[in-house]
Amino acid sequence: MTAISPASDQAARATSIVAAEARARARLRRRHALVIGLRLAILIVFLALWELGADYGVIDPFFFSSPSGIWEQIWSWVTEGTSQGPLWLQIYVTLEETFLGFAIGAVGGIAAGIVLGRNKLLADVFSIYIKIANSVPRVVLGSVFIIALGLGMASKVALAVVMVFFVVFANAFQGVREADRAMIANAQILGASPYQITATVIIPSAMSWILASLHVSFGFALVGAVVGEFLGAKQGMGLLISTAQGAFNANGVFAAMIILAVMALVVEFIITRFENYVVKWRPAPFNEQGT
Amino acid sequence: MQLQTMAAEKLSPAAPPADAAIAIDDVTLRFVTPDGHMMTAIRDFTMTVARGEFACVVGPTGCGKSTTLNLVTGLLRPTTGNVRVMGNPVTEISRDIGFVFQADALFPWRSVIDNVAAGPLYRGTPKAQAYDRARDWIARVGLARFEKHYPHQLSGGMRKRVALAQTFINQPKILLMDEPFSALDMQTRTAMQDELLGLWSELKSSVVFVTHDLEEAVALADKVYVLTAGPGTVKSVYRIDLPRPRVMADIRYDQKFIEIAKVIWNDLREEVQLGQSRGLQTGH
Repeated sequence: MTAISPASDQAARATSIVAAEARARARLRRRHALVIGLRLAILIVFLALWELGADYGVIDPFFFSSPSGIWEQIWSWVTEGTSQGPLWLQIYVTLEETFLGFAIGAVGGIAAGIVLGRNKLLADVFSIYIKIANSVPRVVLGSVFIIALGLGMASKVALAVVMVFFVVFANAFQGVREADRAMIANAQILGASPYQITATVIIPSAMSWILASLHVSFGFALVGAVVGEFLGAKQGMGLLISTAQGAFNANGVFAAMIILAVMALVVEFIITRFENYVVKWRPAPFNEQGT
Repeated sequence: MQLQTMAAEKLSPAAPPADAAIAIDDVTLRFVTPDGHMMTAIRDFTMTVARGEFACVVGPTGCGKSTTLNLVTGLLRPTTGNVRVMGNPVTEISRDIGFVFQADALFPWRSVIDNVAAGPLYRGTPKAQAYDRARDWIARVGLARFEKHYPHQLSGGMRKRVALAQTFINQPKILLMDEPFSALDMQTRTAMQDELLGLWSELKSSVVFVTHDLEEAVALADKVYVLTAGPGTVKSVYRIDLPRPRVMADIRYDQKFIEIAKVIWNDLREEVQLGQSRGLQTGH
Protein backbone atom coordinates (compact mmCIF):
# COMPACT_ATOMS: atom_id res chain seq x y z
CA MET A 1 0.00 0.00 0.00
CA THR A 2 1.52 3.33 -1.04
CA ALA A 3 0.10 6.77 -0.50
CA ILE A 4 -0.47 8.75 -3.65
CA SER A 5 -0.45 12.54 -3.45
CA PRO A 6 -1.58 14.80 -6.26
CA ALA A 7 0.96 17.20 -7.74
CA SER A 8 0.09 20.85 -7.24
CA ASP A 9 1.20 24.36 -8.14
CA GLN A 10 0.46 26.58 -5.14
CA ALA A 11 1.04 30.01 -6.74
CA ALA A 12 -1.02 29.39 -9.86
CA ARG A 13 -3.89 28.06 -7.79
CA ALA A 14 -3.86 31.14 -5.49
CA THR A 15 -4.08 33.61 -8.41
CA SER A 16 -6.88 31.67 -10.09
CA ILE A 17 -8.85 31.68 -6.80
CA VAL A 18 -8.49 35.47 -6.50
CA ALA A 19 -9.68 35.95 -10.08
CA ALA A 20 -12.67 33.62 -9.55
CA GLU A 21 -13.66 35.50 -6.39
CA ALA A 22 -13.56 38.84 -8.22
CA ARG A 23 -15.74 37.41 -11.00
CA ALA A 24 -18.26 36.06 -8.50
CA ARG A 25 -18.47 39.42 -6.71
CA ALA A 26 -18.99 41.27 -9.99
CA ARG A 27 -21.76 38.80 -10.91
CA LEU A 28 -23.52 39.41 -7.58
CA ARG A 29 -23.35 43.19 -8.06
CA ARG A 30 -24.74 42.94 -11.58
CA ARG A 31 -27.61 40.77 -10.40
CA HIS A 32 -28.49 43.18 -7.61
CA ALA A 33 -28.51 46.10 -10.07
CA LEU A 34 -30.70 44.08 -12.44
CA VAL A 35 -33.28 43.36 -9.72
CA ILE A 36 -33.50 47.03 -8.69
CA GLY A 37 -33.66 48.14 -12.33
CA LEU A 38 -36.47 45.74 -13.17
CA ARG A 39 -38.46 46.81 -10.09
CA LEU A 40 -38.23 50.47 -11.15
CA ALA A 41 -39.07 49.62 -14.76
CA ILE A 42 -42.26 47.79 -13.74
CA LEU A 43 -43.36 50.73 -11.57
CA ILE A 44 -42.74 53.26 -14.36
CA VAL A 45 -44.48 51.17 -17.03
CA PHE A 46 -47.48 50.61 -14.73
CA LEU A 47 -47.85 54.32 -13.89
CA ALA A 48 -47.29 55.37 -17.52
CA LEU A 49 -49.95 52.96 -18.83
CA TRP A 50 -52.41 54.14 -16.19
CA GLU A 51 -51.76 57.81 -16.98
CA LEU A 52 -51.91 57.32 -20.77
CA GLY A 53 -55.03 55.14 -20.44
CA ALA A 54 -56.70 57.92 -18.46
CA ASP A 55 -55.61 60.59 -20.96
CA TYR A 56 -56.87 58.67 -24.01
CA GLY A 57 -60.14 57.58 -22.41
CA VAL A 58 -59.37 53.84 -22.11
CA ILE A 59 -59.71 54.17 -18.33
CA ASP A 60 -62.35 56.56 -16.98
CA PRO A 61 -60.49 58.82 -14.54
CA PHE A 62 -63.81 59.69 -12.86
CA PHE A 63 -63.97 56.15 -11.41
CA PHE A 64 -60.38 54.96 -11.52
CA SER A 65 -58.49 58.23 -11.12
CA SER A 66 -55.04 58.74 -12.63
CA PRO A 67 -51.51 59.04 -11.20
CA SER A 68 -51.37 62.80 -11.86
CA GLY A 69 -54.82 63.29 -10.30
CA ILE A 70 -53.80 61.35 -7.19
CA TRP A 71 -50.58 63.32 -6.93
CA GLU A 72 -52.47 66.64 -7.19
CA GLN A 73 -54.86 65.48 -4.48
CA ILE A 74 -52.04 64.51 -2.12
CA TRP A 75 -50.23 67.77 -2.84
CA SER A 76 -53.33 69.83 -2.09
CA TRP A 77 -53.89 67.90 1.15
CA VAL A 78 -50.28 68.53 2.15
CA THR A 79 -50.26 72.25 1.26
CA GLU A 80 -53.85 73.31 1.93
CA GLY A 81 -55.06 70.68 4.36
CA THR A 82 -58.14 68.46 4.06
CA SER A 83 -61.77 69.34 4.56
CA GLN A 84 -61.49 68.08 8.14
CA GLY A 85 -58.20 69.76 9.10
CA PRO A 86 -54.49 69.29 8.31
CA LEU A 87 -53.42 65.97 6.70
CA TRP A 88 -50.82 65.35 9.43
CA LEU A 89 -53.50 65.42 12.07
CA GLN A 90 -55.50 62.75 10.19
CA ILE A 91 -52.43 60.55 9.86
CA TYR A 92 -51.55 61.11 13.50
CA VAL A 93 -55.04 60.20 14.72
CA THR A 94 -55.18 57.00 12.67
CA LEU A 95 -51.66 55.98 13.69
CA GLU A 96 -52.41 56.62 17.34
CA GLU A 97 -55.51 54.40 17.22
CA THR A 98 -53.60 51.75 15.30
CA PHE A 99 -50.64 51.69 17.67
CA LEU A 100 -52.77 51.64 20.80
CA GLY A 101 -54.89 48.81 19.43
CA PHE A 102 -51.82 46.97 18.19
CA ALA A 103 -49.97 47.26 21.50
CA ILE A 104 -52.92 46.24 23.67
CA GLY A 105 -53.93 43.40 21.36
CA ALA A 106 -50.37 42.10 20.98
CA VAL A 107 -49.52 42.20 24.68
CA GLY A 108 -52.85 40.57 25.57
CA GLY A 109 -52.45 37.94 22.85
CA ILE A 110 -48.90 37.06 23.90
CA ALA A 111 -49.84 36.85 27.59
CA ALA A 112 -52.93 34.72 26.93
CA GLY A 113 -51.00 32.50 24.50
CA ILE A 114 -48.26 31.82 27.03
CA VAL A 115 -50.63 31.17 29.94
CA LEU A 116 -52.82 28.79 27.94
CA GLY A 117 -49.86 27.21 26.20
CA ARG A 118 -48.27 26.37 29.55
CA ASN A 119 -51.46 25.10 31.19
CA LYS A 120 -53.07 22.07 29.56
CA LEU A 121 -56.32 22.28 31.53
CA LEU A 122 -56.93 25.95 30.74
CA ALA A 123 -56.07 25.28 27.10
CA ASP A 124 -58.56 22.39 26.87
CA VAL A 125 -61.32 24.40 28.55
CA PHE A 126 -60.88 27.68 26.66
CA SER A 127 -59.92 26.37 23.21
CA ILE A 128 -63.57 25.92 22.19
CA TYR A 129 -64.51 29.48 23.14
CA ILE A 130 -61.52 30.92 21.36
CA LYS A 131 -62.47 29.01 18.23
CA ILE A 132 -66.01 30.43 18.42
CA ALA A 133 -64.82 33.98 19.06
CA ASN A 134 -62.35 33.65 16.21
CA SER A 135 -65.03 32.62 13.73
CA VAL A 136 -67.17 35.70 14.41
CA PRO A 137 -66.54 38.26 11.62
CA ARG A 138 -64.83 40.77 13.85
CA VAL A 139 -65.28 43.84 11.65
CA VAL A 140 -68.97 43.68 12.52
CA LEU A 141 -68.00 44.34 16.13
CA GLY A 142 -67.05 47.82 14.92
CA SER A 143 -70.72 48.77 14.89
CA VAL A 144 -71.13 47.48 18.43
CA PHE A 145 -68.13 49.47 19.62
CA ILE A 146 -69.39 52.66 17.95
CA ILE A 147 -72.73 52.26 19.73
CA ALA A 148 -71.11 51.42 23.07
CA LEU A 149 -68.01 53.65 23.04
CA GLY A 150 -69.05 56.55 20.84
CA LEU A 151 -67.44 58.30 17.89
CA GLY A 152 -64.14 59.02 19.68
CA MET A 153 -60.90 57.12 19.75
CA ALA A 154 -61.97 54.32 22.12
CA SER A 155 -64.22 52.53 19.62
CA LYS A 156 -61.45 52.41 16.95
CA VAL A 157 -58.86 51.19 19.44
CA ALA A 158 -61.26 48.48 20.62
CA LEU A 159 -61.82 47.27 17.06
CA ALA A 160 -58.06 47.24 16.37
CA VAL A 161 -57.52 45.26 19.60
CA VAL A 162 -59.92 42.47 18.66
CA MET A 163 -58.45 42.35 15.16
CA VAL A 164 -54.93 41.90 16.55
CA PHE A 165 -55.56 39.79 19.63
CA PHE A 166 -56.62 36.52 18.01
CA VAL A 167 -53.83 36.45 15.43
CA VAL A 168 -51.13 37.06 18.02
CA PHE A 169 -52.76 34.73 20.54
CA ALA A 170 -52.97 31.83 18.06
CA ASN A 171 -49.31 32.23 17.13
CA ALA A 172 -48.04 32.65 20.69
CA PHE A 173 -50.02 29.59 21.77
CA GLN A 174 -48.67 27.50 18.92
CA GLY A 175 -45.14 28.77 19.56
CA VAL A 176 -45.33 27.75 23.22
CA ARG A 177 -46.68 24.32 22.29
CA GLU A 178 -43.92 23.75 19.74
CA ALA A 179 -41.12 24.51 22.19
CA ASP A 180 -38.61 21.70 21.97
CA ARG A 181 -39.12 18.95 24.62
CA ALA A 182 -35.41 18.15 24.85
CA MET A 183 -34.59 21.81 25.37
CA ILE A 184 -37.11 22.08 28.22
CA ALA A 185 -35.81 18.88 29.82
CA ASN A 186 -32.26 20.21 29.45
CA ALA A 187 -33.14 23.46 31.25
CA GLN A 188 -34.96 21.48 33.95
CA ILE A 189 -31.96 19.25 34.62
CA LEU A 190 -29.55 22.21 34.52
CA GLY A 191 -31.57 23.52 37.46
CA ALA A 192 -34.22 25.87 36.04
CA SER A 193 -37.39 26.55 38.04
CA PRO A 194 -40.75 26.52 36.18
CA TYR A 195 -40.64 30.33 36.06
CA GLN A 196 -37.10 30.28 34.65
CA ILE A 197 -38.16 27.73 32.04
CA THR A 198 -40.98 30.01 30.89
CA ALA A 199 -38.75 33.09 30.82
CA THR A 200 -35.60 31.62 29.28
CA VAL A 201 -36.83 28.72 27.14
CA ILE A 202 -40.54 28.99 26.31
CA ILE A 203 -40.74 32.69 25.48
CA PRO A 204 -37.56 32.86 23.37
CA SER A 205 -38.57 29.78 21.39
CA ALA A 206 -42.08 31.15 20.81
CA MET A 207 -40.54 34.46 19.73
CA SER A 208 -40.21 33.63 16.02
CA TRP A 209 -43.89 32.69 15.93
CA ILE A 210 -44.91 35.82 17.81
CA LEU A 211 -42.83 38.12 15.62
CA ALA A 212 -44.24 36.54 12.47
CA SER A 213 -47.74 37.29 13.75
CA LEU A 214 -46.80 40.90 14.57
CA HIS A 215 -46.10 41.54 10.87
CA VAL A 216 -49.56 40.38 9.85
CA SER A 217 -51.40 41.85 12.78
CA PHE A 218 -50.11 45.39 12.34
CA GLY A 219 -51.94 45.39 9.03
CA PHE A 220 -55.02 44.13 10.85
CA ALA A 221 -54.74 46.90 13.45
CA LEU A 222 -54.66 49.46 10.66
CA VAL A 223 -57.72 47.86 9.05
CA GLY A 224 -59.49 47.94 12.42
CA ALA A 225 -58.74 51.63 12.95
CA VAL A 226 -59.70 52.66 9.39
CA VAL A 227 -62.89 50.60 9.35
CA GLY A 228 -63.79 52.06 12.74
CA GLU A 229 -63.36 55.56 11.32
CA PHE A 230 -65.38 54.54 8.28
CA LEU A 231 -68.29 53.55 10.48
CA GLY A 232 -68.32 56.85 12.31
CA ALA A 233 -65.62 59.27 13.39
CA LYS A 234 -64.65 62.92 13.70
CA GLN A 235 -61.03 62.58 12.54
CA GLY A 236 -58.74 60.17 10.73
CA MET A 237 -57.83 58.63 7.39
CA GLY A 238 -60.89 56.39 7.34
CA LEU A 239 -63.16 59.44 7.59
CA LEU A 240 -61.14 61.07 4.80
CA ILE A 241 -61.86 58.07 2.57
CA SER A 242 -65.52 57.95 3.42
CA THR A 243 -65.85 61.73 2.77
CA ALA A 244 -64.13 61.34 -0.61
CA GLN A 245 -66.40 58.40 -1.40
CA GLY A 246 -69.46 60.47 -0.55
CA ALA A 247 -68.28 63.23 -2.94
CA PHE A 248 -67.50 60.73 -5.77
CA ASN A 249 -63.89 61.86 -5.48
CA ALA A 250 -61.89 58.84 -6.76
CA ASN A 251 -58.66 60.84 -6.51
CA GLY A 252 -59.27 61.30 -2.80
CA VAL A 253 -59.95 57.59 -2.19
CA PHE A 254 -56.79 56.52 -4.02
CA ALA A 255 -54.69 59.24 -2.40
CA ALA A 256 -55.78 58.16 1.09
CA MET A 257 -55.15 54.55 0.17
CA ILE A 258 -51.60 55.36 -0.89
CA ILE A 259 -50.93 57.32 2.28
CA LEU A 260 -52.16 54.34 4.34
CA ALA A 261 -49.96 51.97 2.34
CA VAL A 262 -46.90 54.16 2.97
CA MET A 263 -47.73 54.22 6.70
CA ALA A 264 -48.00 50.42 6.76
CA LEU A 265 -44.71 50.01 4.87
CA VAL A 266 -42.82 52.32 7.22
CA VAL A 267 -44.06 50.45 10.28
CA GLU A 268 -43.38 47.10 8.61
CA PHE A 269 -39.80 48.26 8.07
CA ILE A 270 -39.50 49.18 11.75
CA ILE A 271 -40.91 45.82 12.85
CA THR A 272 -38.45 43.99 10.58
CA ARG A 273 -35.55 45.94 12.10
CA PHE A 274 -36.83 45.07 15.59
CA GLU A 275 -37.19 41.42 14.61
CA ASN A 276 -33.65 41.25 13.26
CA TYR A 277 -32.43 42.78 16.49
CA VAL A 278 -34.37 40.40 18.75
CA VAL A 279 -33.61 37.20 16.85
CA LYS A 280 -30.07 37.92 15.76
CA TRP A 281 -29.21 34.38 16.83
CA ARG A 282 -31.10 32.97 13.85
CA PRO A 283 -29.25 31.81 10.75
CA ALA A 284 -29.76 34.11 7.74
CA PRO A 285 -32.64 32.94 5.56
CA PHE A 286 -31.58 31.02 2.51
CA ASN A 287 -32.77 33.52 -0.11
CA GLU A 288 -31.84 36.76 1.65
CA GLN A 289 -31.88 39.56 -0.94
CA GLY A 290 -30.18 42.78 0.07
CA THR A 291 -33.22 45.07 -0.12
CA MET B 1 -19.67 -19.43 27.12
CA GLN B 2 -16.08 -20.49 27.70
CA LEU B 3 -14.83 -17.31 26.01
CA GLN B 4 -15.69 -15.13 29.00
CA THR B 5 -12.32 -15.54 30.54
CA MET B 6 -9.86 -12.73 30.53
CA ALA B 7 -11.32 -9.27 30.17
CA ALA B 8 -15.05 -9.69 29.79
CA GLU B 9 -16.16 -11.15 33.04
CA LYS B 10 -19.87 -11.90 33.14
CA LEU B 11 -21.44 -10.76 36.39
CA SER B 12 -24.57 -12.02 37.99
CA PRO B 13 -27.05 -9.26 38.76
CA ALA B 14 -27.30 -8.89 42.52
CA ALA B 15 -29.27 -6.64 44.82
CA PRO B 16 -27.55 -3.21 44.84
CA PRO B 17 -25.41 -2.20 47.81
CA ALA B 18 -26.57 0.75 49.87
CA ASP B 19 -23.72 3.14 49.01
CA ALA B 20 -24.01 2.86 45.22
CA ALA B 21 -24.24 6.09 43.19
CA ILE B 22 -27.20 4.74 41.28
CA ALA B 23 -29.31 1.78 42.37
CA ILE B 24 -32.25 0.64 40.29
CA ASP B 25 -33.79 -2.26 42.20
CA ASP B 26 -36.22 -4.63 40.49
CA VAL B 27 -38.08 -1.87 38.66
CA THR B 28 -41.03 -2.39 36.33
CA LEU B 29 -42.47 0.56 34.45
CA ARG B 30 -45.84 0.43 32.75
CA PHE B 31 -47.80 3.25 31.25
CA VAL B 32 -51.14 3.71 29.57
CA THR B 33 -50.93 4.78 25.93
CA PRO B 34 -53.30 7.54 24.71
CA ASP B 35 -55.58 4.89 23.12
CA GLY B 36 -55.97 3.14 26.46
CA HIS B 37 -53.58 0.19 26.16
CA MET B 38 -51.12 -0.82 28.85
CA MET B 39 -47.49 -0.74 27.70
CA THR B 40 -44.61 -2.25 29.61
CA ALA B 41 -41.45 -0.24 28.95
CA ILE B 42 -39.09 -2.18 31.21
CA ARG B 43 -39.63 -5.06 33.62
CA ASP B 44 -37.73 -6.52 36.59
CA PHE B 45 -34.87 -4.17 35.86
CA THR B 46 -31.92 -4.13 38.26
CA MET B 47 -28.82 -2.02 37.79
CA THR B 48 -26.08 -0.66 40.04
CA VAL B 49 -23.48 1.95 39.28
CA ALA B 50 -20.77 2.42 41.88
CA ARG B 51 -19.28 5.86 42.58
CA GLY B 52 -16.91 6.87 39.80
CA GLU B 53 -17.94 3.94 37.64
CA PHE B 54 -18.62 4.20 33.88
CA ALA B 55 -21.55 1.98 32.90
CA CYS B 56 -22.84 1.55 29.36
CA VAL B 57 -26.28 0.27 28.40
CA VAL B 58 -26.65 -1.43 25.02
CA GLY B 59 -29.68 -3.07 23.51
CA PRO B 60 -31.86 -3.23 20.42
CA THR B 61 -33.90 -0.18 19.37
CA GLY B 62 -37.01 0.41 21.46
CA CYS B 63 -35.97 -1.78 24.39
CA GLY B 64 -36.24 1.00 26.97
CA LYS B 65 -32.64 2.18 27.12
CA SER B 66 -33.60 5.84 27.46
CA THR B 67 -36.30 4.93 29.97
CA THR B 68 -33.64 3.82 32.44
CA LEU B 69 -32.09 7.30 32.29
CA ASN B 70 -35.41 9.01 32.89
CA LEU B 71 -35.95 6.82 35.96
CA VAL B 72 -32.72 8.20 37.39
CA THR B 73 -33.64 11.83 36.67
CA GLY B 74 -37.08 11.34 38.21
CA LEU B 75 -38.87 12.45 35.04
CA LEU B 76 -40.43 8.94 35.06
CA ARG B 77 -41.59 7.09 38.19
CA PRO B 78 -41.35 3.30 38.50
CA THR B 79 -44.62 1.34 38.70
CA THR B 80 -43.01 -1.15 41.08
CA GLY B 81 -39.53 -1.35 42.59
CA ASN B 82 -37.41 1.60 43.63
CA VAL B 83 -34.68 3.87 42.35
CA ARG B 84 -32.07 5.45 44.61
CA VAL B 85 -29.49 8.08 43.72
CA MET B 86 -26.59 8.57 46.14
CA GLY B 87 -28.48 6.44 48.64
CA ASN B 88 -31.65 8.58 48.58
CA PRO B 89 -34.93 7.68 46.88
CA VAL B 90 -35.57 9.77 43.76
CA THR B 91 -38.31 12.34 44.42
CA GLU B 92 -37.34 15.29 42.21
CA ILE B 93 -34.60 16.17 39.77
CA SER B 94 -31.42 15.90 41.81
CA ARG B 95 -28.88 18.74 41.63
CA ASP B 96 -26.18 16.08 41.35
CA ILE B 97 -27.35 15.00 37.91
CA GLY B 98 -26.07 16.07 34.51
CA PHE B 99 -27.69 14.92 31.27
CA VAL B 100 -26.34 14.98 27.73
CA PHE B 101 -29.06 14.53 25.13
CA GLN B 102 -29.01 12.77 21.80
CA ALA B 103 -30.67 15.69 20.04
CA ASP B 104 -29.27 19.19 20.09
CA ALA B 105 -30.61 20.63 23.34
CA LEU B 106 -28.58 23.84 23.34
CA PHE B 107 -30.53 27.09 23.44
CA PRO B 108 -30.14 28.50 19.92
CA TRP B 109 -30.84 32.08 21.05
CA ARG B 110 -27.93 32.06 23.49
CA SER B 111 -24.28 32.40 22.53
CA VAL B 112 -21.83 29.66 23.52
CA ILE B 113 -20.86 31.38 26.76
CA ASP B 114 -24.49 32.09 27.69
CA ASN B 115 -25.35 28.46 27.03
CA VAL B 116 -22.54 27.18 29.23
CA ALA B 117 -23.30 29.68 32.01
CA ALA B 118 -26.98 28.67 32.02
CA GLY B 119 -26.63 25.94 34.67
CA PRO B 120 -24.90 28.05 37.35
CA LEU B 121 -27.21 31.02 36.58
CA TYR B 122 -30.30 28.84 36.99
CA ARG B 123 -28.90 27.65 40.31
CA GLY B 124 -28.38 31.18 41.57
CA THR B 125 -24.62 31.62 41.19
CA PRO B 126 -23.68 35.33 40.93
CA LYS B 127 -23.33 36.44 37.32
CA ALA B 128 -19.60 37.29 37.33
CA GLN B 129 -18.70 33.99 38.94
CA ALA B 130 -20.94 31.98 36.58
CA TYR B 131 -19.30 33.59 33.53
CA ASP B 132 -15.80 33.02 34.91
CA ARG B 133 -16.54 29.34 35.32
CA ALA B 134 -18.18 29.22 31.88
CA ARG B 135 -15.08 30.74 30.27
CA ASP B 136 -12.94 28.17 32.04
CA TRP B 137 -15.08 25.24 30.82
CA ILE B 138 -15.26 26.56 27.26
CA ALA B 139 -11.46 26.69 27.23
CA ARG B 140 -11.31 23.15 28.58
CA VAL B 141 -13.35 21.81 25.65
CA GLY B 142 -11.16 23.84 23.26
CA LEU B 143 -13.69 26.45 22.13
CA ALA B 144 -12.15 29.60 23.66
CA ARG B 145 -12.29 31.42 20.31
CA PHE B 146 -16.01 30.70 19.89
CA GLU B 147 -17.45 32.15 23.12
CA LYS B 148 -19.56 34.73 21.28
CA HIS B 149 -20.77 32.42 18.52
CA TYR B 150 -24.32 31.14 18.32
CA PRO B 151 -24.99 27.39 18.05
CA HIS B 152 -26.05 27.59 14.39
CA GLN B 153 -22.61 28.95 13.54
CA LEU B 154 -20.87 25.86 14.95
CA SER B 155 -20.34 22.38 13.52
CA GLY B 156 -22.08 19.33 15.03
CA GLY B 157 -18.94 18.31 16.91
CA MET B 158 -18.44 21.80 18.34
CA ARG B 159 -22.06 21.91 19.48
CA LYS B 160 -21.52 18.62 21.32
CA ARG B 161 -18.47 20.14 23.01
CA VAL B 162 -20.64 23.05 24.16
CA ALA B 163 -23.22 20.55 25.43
CA LEU B 164 -20.49 18.74 27.41
CA ALA B 165 -19.23 22.01 28.91
CA GLN B 166 -22.82 23.02 29.72
CA THR B 167 -23.33 19.75 31.60
CA PHE B 168 -19.92 19.49 33.27
CA ILE B 169 -19.96 23.06 34.61
CA ASN B 170 -22.53 21.92 37.19
CA GLN B 171 -19.99 19.30 38.29
CA PRO B 172 -22.54 16.49 38.30
CA LYS B 173 -21.78 13.53 40.53
CA ILE B 174 -23.97 11.53 38.19
CA LEU B 175 -23.71 11.88 34.45
CA LEU B 176 -26.42 10.47 32.21
CA MET B 177 -25.85 10.31 28.48
CA ASP B 178 -28.44 9.27 25.92
CA GLU B 179 -26.67 8.27 22.68
CA PRO B 180 -24.88 11.63 22.80
CA PHE B 181 -22.55 11.03 19.87
CA SER B 182 -24.79 9.01 17.55
CA ALA B 183 -25.34 11.90 15.13
CA LEU B 184 -21.62 12.63 14.69
CA ASP B 185 -19.32 11.34 11.98
CA MET B 186 -16.70 8.72 12.81
CA GLN B 187 -13.68 11.02 13.35
CA THR B 188 -15.60 13.56 15.38
CA ARG B 189 -17.14 10.82 17.49
CA THR B 190 -13.73 9.36 18.32
CA ALA B 191 -12.45 12.79 19.33
CA MET B 192 -15.53 13.39 21.49
CA GLN B 193 -15.15 10.03 23.21
CA ASP B 194 -11.56 10.91 24.15
CA GLU B 195 -12.77 14.32 25.34
CA LEU B 196 -15.44 12.67 27.48
CA LEU B 197 -13.04 10.19 29.07
CA GLY B 198 -10.64 13.05 29.85
CA LEU B 199 -13.33 15.13 31.55
CA TRP B 200 -14.71 12.10 33.36
CA SER B 201 -11.33 11.11 34.80
CA GLU B 202 -10.97 14.64 36.22
CA LEU B 203 -14.45 14.83 37.66
CA LYS B 204 -14.83 11.22 38.83
CA SER B 205 -18.57 11.20 38.11
CA SER B 206 -20.61 8.03 37.93
CA VAL B 207 -21.76 7.63 34.34
CA VAL B 208 -24.64 5.84 32.65
CA PHE B 209 -24.05 5.98 28.92
CA VAL B 210 -26.79 4.65 26.65
CA THR B 211 -25.79 3.64 23.13
CA HIS B 212 -26.76 1.25 20.36
CA ASP B 213 -23.12 1.02 19.30
CA LEU B 214 -21.55 -1.96 21.07
CA GLU B 215 -17.97 -0.99 20.20
CA GLU B 216 -18.48 2.46 21.68
CA ALA B 217 -19.82 0.82 24.84
CA VAL B 218 -16.87 -1.58 25.19
CA ALA B 219 -14.35 1.16 24.45
CA LEU B 220 -15.73 3.53 27.08
CA ALA B 221 -17.15 1.44 29.88
CA ASP B 222 -16.13 -0.32 33.07
CA LYS B 223 -19.35 -2.29 32.90
CA VAL B 224 -21.71 -3.06 30.00
CA TYR B 225 -25.39 -3.87 30.51
CA VAL B 226 -26.98 -5.84 27.66
CA LEU B 227 -30.75 -5.38 27.49
CA THR B 228 -33.29 -7.74 25.94
CA ALA B 229 -35.65 -6.68 23.17
CA GLY B 230 -38.60 -4.73 24.66
CA PRO B 231 -40.02 -4.83 27.23
CA GLY B 232 -36.41 -4.45 28.31
CA THR B 233 -34.76 -6.22 31.17
CA VAL B 234 -31.10 -6.92 31.88
CA LYS B 235 -29.93 -9.92 29.88
CA SER B 236 -26.35 -9.91 31.09
CA VAL B 237 -23.71 -7.67 32.61
CA TYR B 238 -20.05 -7.63 31.60
CA ARG B 239 -17.11 -6.10 33.39
CA ILE B 240 -14.61 -4.62 30.92
CA ASP B 241 -11.08 -4.81 32.29
CA LEU B 242 -9.28 -2.91 29.57
CA PRO B 243 -6.55 -0.69 31.09
CA ARG B 244 -7.04 3.07 31.42
CA PRO B 245 -6.33 5.66 30.17
CA ARG B 246 -7.76 4.43 26.89
CA VAL B 247 -7.16 6.06 23.50
CA MET B 248 -10.22 5.71 21.32
CA ALA B 249 -8.43 5.83 17.97
CA ASP B 250 -6.20 2.87 18.94
CA ILE B 251 -8.37 0.74 21.15
CA ARG B 252 -10.50 -0.62 18.32
CA TYR B 253 -7.41 -2.45 16.94
CA ASP B 254 -6.55 -3.92 20.35
CA GLN B 255 -6.79 -7.74 20.32
CA LYS B 256 -8.39 -7.92 23.75
CA PHE B 257 -10.98 -5.28 22.74
CA ILE B 258 -11.94 -7.27 19.65
CA GLU B 259 -12.41 -10.46 21.71
CA ILE B 260 -14.61 -8.75 24.27
CA ALA B 261 -16.72 -7.07 21.59
CA LYS B 262 -17.19 -10.46 19.91
CA VAL B 263 -18.34 -12.14 23.12
CA ILE B 264 -20.86 -9.44 23.93
CA TRP B 265 -22.05 -9.24 20.34
CA ASN B 266 -22.88 -12.97 20.42
CA ASP B 267 -25.08 -12.19 23.39
CA LEU B 268 -26.66 -9.09 21.87
CA ARG B 269 -27.21 -10.43 18.36
CA GLU B 270 -30.29 -12.53 19.02
CA GLU B 271 -31.94 -9.62 20.84
CA VAL B 272 -31.26 -7.32 17.91
CA GLN B 273 -32.74 -9.86 15.49
CA LEU B 274 -35.74 -10.35 17.73
CA GLY B 275 -36.23 -6.60 18.01
CA GLN B 276 -36.01 -6.15 14.27
CA SER B 277 -38.42 -8.94 13.35
CA ARG B 278 -40.87 -7.53 15.91
CA GLY B 279 -40.44 -4.06 14.45
CA LEU B 280 -41.27 -5.40 10.98
CA GLN B 281 -44.43 -7.02 12.30
CA THR B 282 -45.76 -3.98 14.10
CA GLY B 283 -44.44 -1.46 11.62
CA HIS B 284 -42.25 0.52 14.03
